[in-house]
Amino acid sequence: MRHLIALCCCLFGLLSFSVYAAESSPQDSLLTELVGAKLKNMTPILEKLANTQGEAILPLFRILLGGDLYYIKADKSLVGQFDEQGNTVYKDVFSQVVVPNLSKKDVKKIRVNNTLRGYLRNAIAQIQLTAKSPELRQSAVRELLSKLDKDTINLIEALYPNEANKKVKEAMGLALSMYAATSIDLVPSNRLVAIERLSTSLEGDVRNTLTKLMKDENPAIVKAASEALENIAQRANRFAFIDQLFFGLSLGSVLLLASIGLAITFGVMGVINMAHGEMIMLGAYTTYVVQLIMPNYIDYSIWVAIPAAFLVSGLMGVLIERLVIRHLHGRPLETLLATFGISLILQQLVRTIFSPLNRQVSTPSWMSGSWEINPVLSLTLNRLYILAFALLVFIALVIILKKTSLGLNVRAVSQNRSMAKAMGVKTNWVDAMTFGLGSGIAGIAGVALSQLTNVGPNLGQAYIIDSFMVVVFGGVGNLLGTLVAAFSLGIATKFLEPTTGAVLAAIIVLVFIILFIQKRPKGLFPQKGRAAE
Amino acid sequence: MKIKMLTSAILLSGATLMTLPSWAADTIKVGVLHSLSGTMAISETTLKDTVLMMVEEQNKKGGLLGKQLEAIVVDPASNWPLFAEKGRELLTQEKVDVIFGSWTSVSRKSVLPVLEELNGLMFYPVQYEGEESSKNVFYTGAAPNQQAIPAVDYLMNDLDVERFVLAGTDYVYPRTTNKILEAYLKAKGVAAKDIMINYTPFGHSDWQSIVSDIKKFGGEGKKTAVVSTINGDANIPFYKELGNQGISSEDIPVVAFSVGEEELSGLDTKPLVGHLAAWNYFQSVESDANDEFIAKWKAFTKDSNRVTNDPMEATYIGFKMWANAVTDAGTTDVDAVEQAMIGQETPNLTGGIAVMNKNHHLSKPVLIGEIQDDGQFEVVWETDGVVAGDAWSDFLPGSKDLISDWTAPIKCGNYNTKTKTCSGQVY
Amino acid sequence: MTRLTEWFSAGRSSGKHTLPFVVILLTMTLLASAANLFLPADSALYVSTYTITLLGKYLCYAMLALAVDIIWGYCGILSLGHGAFFALGGYAMGMYLMRQIGDRGVYGNPLLPDFMVFLDWKELPWFWLGMDHFWFAMLMAVVVPGILAFVFGWLAFRSRVTGVYLSIMTQALTYALLLAFFRNEMGFGGNNGLTDFKEILGFDLQADSTRVSLFMITALLLAVLFVVSQRILSSRFGKVVLAIRDAESRSRFIGYRTDRYKVWLFVYSAVIAGIAGALYVPQVGIINPGEFSPINSIEMVIWVAVGGRGTLIGAIIGAILVNYAKTRFTAIMPDAWLFALGAMFVLVTLYLPKGLMGLYAQMMAKRRPAKTQESEA
Repeated sequence: MRHLIALCCCLFGLLSFSVYAAESSPQDSLLTELVGAKLKNMTPILEKLANTQGEAILPLFRILLGGDLYYIKADKSLVGQFDEQGNTVYKDVFSQVVVPNLSKKDVKKIRVNNTLRGYLRNAIAQIQLTAKSPELRQSAVRELLSKLDKDTINLIEALYPNEANKKVKEAMGLALSMYAATSIDLVPSNRLVAIERLSTSLEGDVRNTLTKLMKDENPAIVKAASEALENIAQRANRFAFIDQLFFGLSLGSVLLLASIGLAITFGVMGVINMAHGEMIMLGAYTTYVVQLIMPNYIDYSIWVAIPAAFLVSGLMGVLIERLVIRHLHGRPLETLLATFGISLILQQLVRTIFSPLNRQVSTPSWMSGSWEINPVLSLTLNRLYILAFALLVFIALVIILKKTSLGLNVRAVSQNRSMAKAMGVKTNWVDAMTFGLGSGIAGIAGVALSQLTNVGPNLGQAYIIDSFMVVVFGGVGNLLGTLVAAFSLGIATKFLEPTTGAVLAAIIVLVFIILFIQKRPKGLFPQKGRAAE
Repeated sequence: MKIKMLTSAILLSGATLMTLPSWAADTIKVGVLHSLSGTMAISETTLKDTVLMMVEEQNKKGGLLGKQLEAIVVDPASNWPLFAEKGRELLTQEKVDVIFGSWTSVSRKSVLPVLEELNGLMFYPVQYEGEESSKNVFYTGAAPNQQAIPAVDYLMNDLDVERFVLAGTDYVYPRTTNKILEAYLKAKGVAAKDIMINYTPFGHSDWQSIVSDIKKFGGEGKKTAVVSTINGDANIPFYKELGNQGISSEDIPVVAFSVGEEELSGLDTKPLVGHLAAWNYFQSVESDANDEFIAKWKAFTKDSNRVTNDPMEATYIGFKMWANAVTDAGTTDVDAVEQAMIGQETPNLTGGIAVMNKNHHLSKPVLIGEIQDDGQFEVVWETDGVVAGDAWSDFLPGSKDLISDWTAPIKCGNYNTKTKTCSGQVY
Repeated sequence: MTRLTEWFSAGRSSGKHTLPFVVILLTMTLLASAANLFLPADSALYVSTYTITLLGKYLCYAMLALAVDIIWGYCGILSLGHGAFFALGGYAMGMYLMRQIGDRGVYGNPLLPDFMVFLDWKELPWFWLGMDHFWFAMLMAVVVPGILAFVFGWLAFRSRVTGVYLSIMTQALTYALLLAFFRNEMGFGGNNGLTDFKEILGFDLQADSTRVSLFMITALLLAVLFVVSQRILSSRFGKVVLAIRDAESRSRFIGYRTDRYKVWLFVYSAVIAGIAGALYVPQVGIINPGEFSPINSIEMVIWVAVGGRGTLIGAIIGAILVNYAKTRFTAIMPDAWLFALGAMFVLVTLYLPKGLMGLYAQMMAKRRPAKTQESEA
C-alpha cells in the first residue's frame, strides 16, 4: 500500500509540477495557512485547496493522509517524509525533489486526526473517480457510497456511460440506484426499480439505505424495502455461517499447532511436558530475534524463522531430555514436576534476557489484510495462512512418523521399549530425537502464534492447558485424534461464543471434555493393544 | 527419632525467628510493592524502575530531611494474597515510611486492610475504577471522570459518534467504568440499542468473532466507536485482529483506557494509526520537564528505546508530592505527611500543575491521543484546564451521594451527604 | 502414656513419628503465640504478628499438602485440581466474613456486600443465603468441596479414568471453576474476590489475639487431621487403599470395589482441602479466583514431592519448607527467585525421588546396619 501511494505521488507530482509553477500565489498563502492552522480549522483550508486545485492537490492529500507531511521550521515550506532504503528523506510535496540536509530537528509534523483523515479519504475518492486504474476507481466509488450527495451523484452520472470496466460500472450503478431509491421527488416506480436493484447487493451502506427507507411514507416503497432487506439478510446469513466456520477452523488450527508438539512429547513419549508452552514461547522469541537481525527483510523473515525456531526449540528439547527427562523413565508423574520447574526457569530466563515486556513481531506484508470475497465475507490472510501451515506441519509430521526410519524407531520404542532395545535400536538416541522433534514443532508453532498474539514470557502459559485438553480429548498417542480434537473444539467454541459469550463458551467446552472423558476414558481415538497400558 | 525431633524443632524455630526486626539505620525507607514476576510483571517492572530512579535522583539532591532514601524492593509475584503479606512485611519488618505499589485493583484491595491496620502510606499510580478513598492511600492515577467521561465526550462532540461498543475484560475496572459510561451515555440521550457491551476473559486471544460483531454493529449506518477497557495482554491480539479485518480508525475508532506507549511497544502500530487512547500523560507531549524526564529514564534504563507512560508520570507526581510533603511536615510520620499531602502542587510533565485534593485524588489534565506509526500518540484533544479526580462516581446509584474529604471536620473517605454519616471506617 | 503412644503409632512404621511430631508442632505453636502476645515488641525473642500470619498461612498449606498426599502418596491418584477444593472452602469462609461486615461497608448497605452495590445488584443471590451463620458457612466449607469431589470422583473412578487422564481432568475442573469465578455475573466478586473483612464471630480480625487464636486453631486442626489421617490410613480401609495404589487391577480381581474406596478417599481429601481453605482466608484476608489457578494446584503437588510422598509428615514439612523458601527468595532476590524455585523442583525430582523424608530414611538406613553389626559383635 505504501509503495502504491509513493508511486501515485510520483505520478501526480510530475503532472502537477507545471501547475504548481504557473499559479503559485493563492495556493502558497493557503499552504502557509495550513502550517499554522489548528486541527479544527484545517478542513476549510483543505476544502479550498481541493476546490481551487483539483487533481493537482492529490499528492499533498495523500501525504497528509499517510501522516507524512512536515514543514521546514526555517521557511515554513511543506515537505513529505519518505523512507528510502531505511533512510528518512524529505521531498518537496509537489516536485518530489529531495530537499537536502534536513534532519528530524529541522522539520515539524503537520498533525492529522480522524476527522481530517475521513475528509481526505472522501476528497481523494472524489478526485479518484477518474483515476487510471480500475481498482482505484472501484474503491473510490465504494468509498463514496456512505456519503452520496448531489454533487457526487452528478459526477458519477456523468462518468457512468463512458465507464469501460464492468466492476466499476456496477459499483457506479449501485451508487445511482441508492441515490434514486432515496430521492423523494422521483416517481415511485423508478424508486421501486432502484430498490429491486439494491436487493442484489450485500454492501453495508445499501442495507443502511434500505433500513432508512422502512420509514418512507409510501407503503409500496416500505414493502419493497423490507423484501429487499429480507433477501439480503438471507444471503448474508449464509455467508455469516461460512464466516463462523472459518473462525472455528482458525481457532482449531491454532489449537492444533499448539498441541501437536505435545502430541509427540506427551502422547508418544508419555512425558507430561509442562515446559511445552515454553517451547512455543522460545519459537516466538526466535521469530523476534530473526526480525531484529534482518529488519529490512520482514517479508522473508518468517521463512528464516521457521527453521531457526525448529532448531532452537528442538535443541532445547534435546538438552532437557538429556539432562533431566532420561533420568525419569517410567515415572510419568515425576516428569510433570521436573518439567514444571524447567518451565519456571525458562520463563524467568526470557524475562531476564528480553525484559518482561512484550516484544514486537511484525507481520509480513503478504500476511496482513484480508481476502475480501464479498462485502459481508472476508477472510483474514494471516489466519488463512496459519490454517494452511498447521495442516502442512501436521502432514509433515505424519510422514516423518510413518515413512522415515526415525519414525519407525520412535514408534517401536514407544510401543515396546525393551524389545526395541533388544533389536538394536538406540533407545537413548531415539528418546532424545523424539523429544527434540516434539519441541522443535512446538517452536514452529511459536512462529505462527507470534503473528496472532503477544510475544512475552507468559505466551506459553496461555496455551499449555488447552494443549493438554486437545491431546487428551483426541486420545493420547494418536496424531489423527489430535487433529480431529483440535478442529472440533475450535469449531464448537466459535459456534457457542455468539450465544454464550467467550467465557461461558470456554467453560462449557471444558465441562464437555470432562464428561466425555468419563464416557470414553481414553479419548476420541483410544490407542489399542499392549502399548496402551 | 532424636534427629527427627531435632530437624522439626530447627525447622519450626527457624521459621519463627526468621524475620527478626532489622536494625533501623538512619535512612528513610521507601517500599516498592510491584510484581516482578507473573502476569503483571510486564507492566509493573517499569514502575519499580521508576521509583528506583526517583530515589536515586532524590539522593543525589541530598535525600530528605538530611537523610538518604533507601528503596526496599519486594516481589508479590502477581499473587494477590501475597500483596497483603508483602505489604505487612514492608511495614512491620522493614519499617518503611512509604510504599509505592500495586497495579491491579485486586492487589490494592488486598493490601488495603493491612495499610489501614498498620497505618501505612501507599501511593497507587494506576488509572482505576474509583469507588474508594482510604486515608492511607493516595491515588495518583485517573479516576473514571478523568479518563472515560472526557473520552466519550470527545467521541460524541468531535467525532459525532452515535453508537458505542463498550468492550472490556471481565473484571472490576471495566465493569464499573462501563456501568458509569452506560449511565452517562443514556443521560446524554443515546438509546440502549446503540450501546453494545461485551466482556471477555483475561488474556483472551481469539478475537475473530467479537471483532466481526463490532464490524457488523458499526456497519449499520450510524457512526460507531469502540470504548475499550480491555486489559493488558489481550490488547495485542485484539488490535491485530482489528487491523487484519480492515477496521480503520476513520470507520470505527477505538478509544482505549489501558493502552499506553508501553503496550504499543510490543506491537506493529502501522495498521492502528488513528485509534485513540485517553490518558493524563503522553510521552509525545513536548515540554521541558517531559524531555528531561524521558532523557533521565533512558539513561537510567540504559536503553534508548524505552518508552514512558501515564502510570510512570503518576508515580513521578506521587513521589515528588510525597517528598515535598515530608519536607513540609518535617517528619515521615504517616498522619503528618497525610495532612501535608493535601493541597500539594507539583508540575505535571505535560504542563500545568497537578494538585492533591481532599479526597486523595489528583487534579490533572485529560489528553486524548491518536496512535502514530512510530508507537507514540499524537495529542488531538485536551481539556481546557485540569479535572479533579472524583472518588465516587455521580453516575452510579450506590455512590452518587458519597463524597470523600480527608480534612477536618468530615475526615471520611465515604461520607454520605444525605444521611450525613461515614460508614465503616474506624481510625 | 504408652497406650497413648501405641494409639498414635498404631500399625505403620512411620507412625512412630506421629506423637513427637504432634508434640513439637503444638509446642512450637504455643511458644510462638506466647512470644507474640506476652513479650514486648523490642524483645529479641518477640515474634511479630507478620510472622504469626505467615506461619498460619504455612500451616494451612501444610494441611492442603496433607490432603494431596493422602490421595497421591497413598492411593496414586495425582490430582492437579486440589486448589479447587481449597478455594471453595475459602469462598465459603469468605462469604461468611463478607456478611459479617454488615452495614460497615463503604456504601453502608446492611444486606449487600460492596461489590454488589456498585455493580447495581438489587438483592442477595440465593447461594449467599444462610452464609451469615457461622455454622452454616463452615458446613458449606466442607460440604461443597465434598460434594464436588464425590460427583467428580464417582464419575471418574467408576469409568476407570486413571493416571495421566485423571490428572488432566482434575486440571480441567479447576480451570473451568477459575473461569467461572472470574465472571462477575456469578456473584462472587469476580477478579477482586472477597476482601476487606472486619471480624469473625465478633472478634476483630486485625487484633493480634484473633490472629494468634486463628494460628493456634490451625495448628490444632492440622494435628488432629494428621492423627486421624494416620489412623485411617493404617486401618483396614487404608490397607486396601495402599493395595489399590500398588496394584489396582489385582485388588479389583480379589473382589474389592476399588472405585468406592477411591471415591471416599477423594472426598475425605477434598474435605481437608476445604477446611484448609476456610482457615486460610481469614488469615491472609482475601479470597479470589486466582486460588483456582491450575499453577497453584501443581505447586501443591510439588510441596508433597519435595517433602516426600507417601509420608504424611513429609507432605507437611515439604509445604512449610517450600513456602518458606518462596518467602525468603522473593525478599532476597526478587528478580531471580523463579530460577531458584525452578531449579529446586528439578533437582528434587532428579536426586530425591522420595523427597526429604526419603533422604532421611536413607540416612537412617545407613546408620542402622552399623548399629546392628555392633550389637551382634
